[in-house]
Amino acid sequence: MDSKGSACSNPNPNPTFGPSKLMLAFRFLRALSIVHRTTPASSPTCRGRRIERAAYASMAYSAGTSRAWSRAVLRRLHHRARRRAVAPRRLSTTAGNRAEALRRLVPGGAGMDYCTLLEETADYTKCLSMQVELMQGIVDSASSNGR
Amino acid sequence: MPIEMSSRRSRITDEEINELISKLQSLLPESRRRSTSRASASKLLKETCSYIRSLHREVDDLSDRLSDLMSTMDSNSPQAEIIRSILRS
Repeated sequence: MDSKGSACSNPNPNPTFGPSKLMLAFRFLRALSIVHRTTPASSPTCRGRRIERAAYASMAYSAGTSRAWSRAVLRRLHHRARRRAVAPRRLSTTAGNRAEALRRLVPGGAGMDYCTLLEETADYTKCLSMQVELMQGIVDSASSNGR
Repeated sequence: MPIEMSSRRSRITDEEINELISKLQSLLPESRRRSTSRASASKLLKETCSYIRSLHREVDDLSDRLSDLMSTMDSNSPQAEIIRSILRS
């Protein structure tokens, strides 16, 4: 289902949503190997959280900076070390507050206009589901080998 | 934001919004799509929220499972060797 043209002002000419599966897999596996090398085996919980961050980071890098949600994810990841208490963000009145719950789920959703929010949601959802599929595939192939 | 941009935005029609919302519906997995086949926009957005939440939980859970698998890599099982060879390349 390709869009005939974007309803919102969006410089991205790509009519389909989501990055290529190969790019996603490549980035994530590379990030996994870094986590494996740099996290001590004695802290599996810490490693689980690092893997989770690697998942969102590789998703965001694969989507590139043309998406508001991926920029928001990368900002969040890079500022993580500062551990600031995040004040609840007031929704901009020009953006309106339709679909409040959705705005809280999609990174960067708070300041978007409704139309952009819907487009970003579609791209974010597509990337998320591809990431989950990728991680499930790795778990499945790693668990079934040697049996 | 320049005036032209905001007036262009205000000309976005309901039809275009509906198109975007049906795109969201097409991204839902089969089971969720079935339950929202003739749903209102607001129900579809609720379902999308629920779907995104479940995807977040899956990333969380799969990260833990991958972490567990990594600890098997510290042994000499055949699985460990295969995973090691994938990650090395």
